[in-house]
Amino acid sequence: MTPSIALIGLTKVYEAAGVRAVDGIDLEVGQGELFGLLGPNGAGKTTIVGMCTTRVLPTGGRVEVDGVDVVADPAGVRRRIGVVTQYNTLDRACTVAENIYYHCRFFGMSKASGRRRTDGLLEQFRLADRAEAMPDELSGGMAQRLQVARAIAHHPQVLFLDEPTAGLDPQSRIALWDIVADLRREGITVLLTTHYMEEAEQLCERVAIIDQGRILVCDTPASLVKGLNAGRVVLLALDSRDAGLLTRLGAIEGVTEVQPTDDGGVRLLAATANGRLLPQVVEAAQPNGVRDLAINDPSLETVFISLTGRDLRE
Amino acid sequence: MSEVTLRSGPRSSRLRGYARAFGGLLLRDSRVLVREIVPFVLRTVMNPLLFVFVFAYVFPKIGQGFDGGAPDVSFATILVPGLVAVAVVFQGISAVALPLVNEFGRTREIEDRVMAPLPVGAVAVEKIVFGALQSVVAAAMVFPLVYLVPATDVSVNFDRWPLLLMVVVLSSLTAGALGLAVGTVVKPQQVPLIFSILVIPITFLGCVYYPWASLSTIRWLQFAVLVNPLVYMSEGLRTSLTPQLPHMPVAAFLGAITLSLALLSTLGVRAFLRRVRS
Ligand SMILES: Nc1ncnc2c1ncn2[C@@H]1O[C@H](COP(=O)(O)OP(=O)(O)OP(=O)(O)O)[C@@H](O)[C@H]1O
Ligand SMILES: [Mg+2]
Repeated sequence: MTPSIALIGLTKVYEAAGVRAVDGIDLEVGQGELFGLLGPNGAGKTTIVGMCTTRVLPTGGRVEVDGVDVVADPAGVRRRIGVVTQYNTLDRACTVAENIYYHCRFFGMSKASGRRRTDGLLEQFRLADRAEAMPDELSGGMAQRLQVARAIAHHPQVLFLDEPTAGLDPQSRIALWDIVADLRREGITVLLTTHYMEEAEQLCERVAIIDQGRILVCDTPASLVKGLNAGRVVLLALDSRDAGLLTRLGAIEGVTEVQPTDDGGVRLLAATANGRLLPQVVEAAQPNGVRDLAINDPSLETVFISLTGRDLRE
Repeated sequence: MSEVTLRSGPRSSRLRGYARAFGGLLLRDSRVLVREIVPFVLRTVMNPLLFVFVFAYVFPKIGQGFDGGAPDVSFATILVPGLVAVAVVFQGISAVALPLVNEFGRTREIEDRVMAPLPVGAVAVEKIVFGALQSVVAAAMVFPLVYLVPATDVSVNFDRWPLLLMVVVLSSLTAGALGLAVGTVVKPQQVPLIFSILVIPITFLGCVYYPWASLSTIRWLQFAVLVNPLVYMSEGLRTSLTPQLPHMPVAAFLGAITLSLALLSTLGVRAFLRRVRS
């Protein structure tokens, strides 16, 4: 089966700015898969989506959507994809309903089927009572729902969502997750970008963690976390930190990784969480003044930190 | 759905898809125009209406008057083709350039529009075409005003209607292309500059209020204004509507308008492609 999206050695260099935004990415997303690109600001997520959606021209490599090359047949690719950009690009001169209706017309639907599709989507995305409102009168969550509704109006096989929940309140974010999960159930391939761990972890079937234009790892969230070989993550807040402390902590049985954190504390990964671990940690750290101690399950965030030594939210 | 699954299929079905998308863009623009019909009429009519009212109604009544270098015809007769030409060019700025600056800058709408399933260049061409349609409508609206309001005789005739039609259509497309080029290169904060460094000089030096031939007494200016496309539109309309006035040869203005259209649309479409594809 042809992959839904295939990136082959994909590269983008912005000559003028001297930036290698995307640096030789190979990736295949299967039909009907819900795939996440997770990475910090400037990782290259938007540039990757831009190349997949014909907006940005690759400087090297290729992208195929449903077997169609994005450079050779951009209009053909646009027919197959739906796109929600990182910014609100709703048509401000048209009503909510017209935003969807004219999108249908761009994609060749007749007046009648455009009307029908518009009504159906307004209902499905709970926008029917705002059909005649202008986009500037919508809340952030509604505007985002409308953008998704518009993007899928022509029944694309592949949907690209660039940071779909950035700037949304928690309630709207969860509403959008539900929408995305529903779309996936309808069989649409979804590629979304995010810098929210929880989003990637809860929503996506597979995740690629990217940084500085490269894929660091790519797998299911569960496998990525499992690959850490860590049962527990212990966070210590300290009055002071020195090399001796890091050595002492590293010597404790079961500790697999010791990382200094940005706020002067320490993060420990421990293979097991047996009863002897915490007392030993506290004892080793005592001379440095333990102010606080937190124990967490490892997450994608832990994966990212252990790969890059950096926090995702900076 | 058939329209979604058509693969790199036969050329004709591909072109049909493009045509539908192009038609959809025109439909959307028409809908917006209908909703904003009052501002459209006001911005189109106000300037020429006041102009003919003051210069061709009030001035003759209070004993002031110009003859625009052709003493045997009324100033109003000189103004009719000129003001229609200004209305045509002005639409290029107000109907194409200004909305486009917004769509690129503030609203980023353009990023969605270029996702329509047709070549990106065609999205730019649609802007020219729809702008031209508005220019034609503007010309048709302004003509009766500048014809009826003056207190003095206005002598126009429509014997040369095929030429008139050709000039109006070519001029309107050129105005749309000018709007595309301007709207694509100007940044939102530079909008006020469009008026002071483009619209005002173009209209004042566009042979709107005087026939080009009468500039012969200021030789350098007569040559200098030839870079201004509005000159050829005014002269073209003058030749079609008021042939009794001195005017340029037909081949000269048709050639010049066509050349401006080719240059401005090439420039505009190229700049558009550069801006939407990085
Ligand atoms: N048009 C451009 N010209 C020059 N450099 C660019 C351009 N677009 C992006 N970049 C650079 O490319 C890199 C990747 O940017 P990109 O927008 O793809 O990141 P991102 O992962 O989407 O970030 P964010 O989470 O902030 O949206 C950045 O260093 C950015 O500055
Ligand atoms: Mg981005």
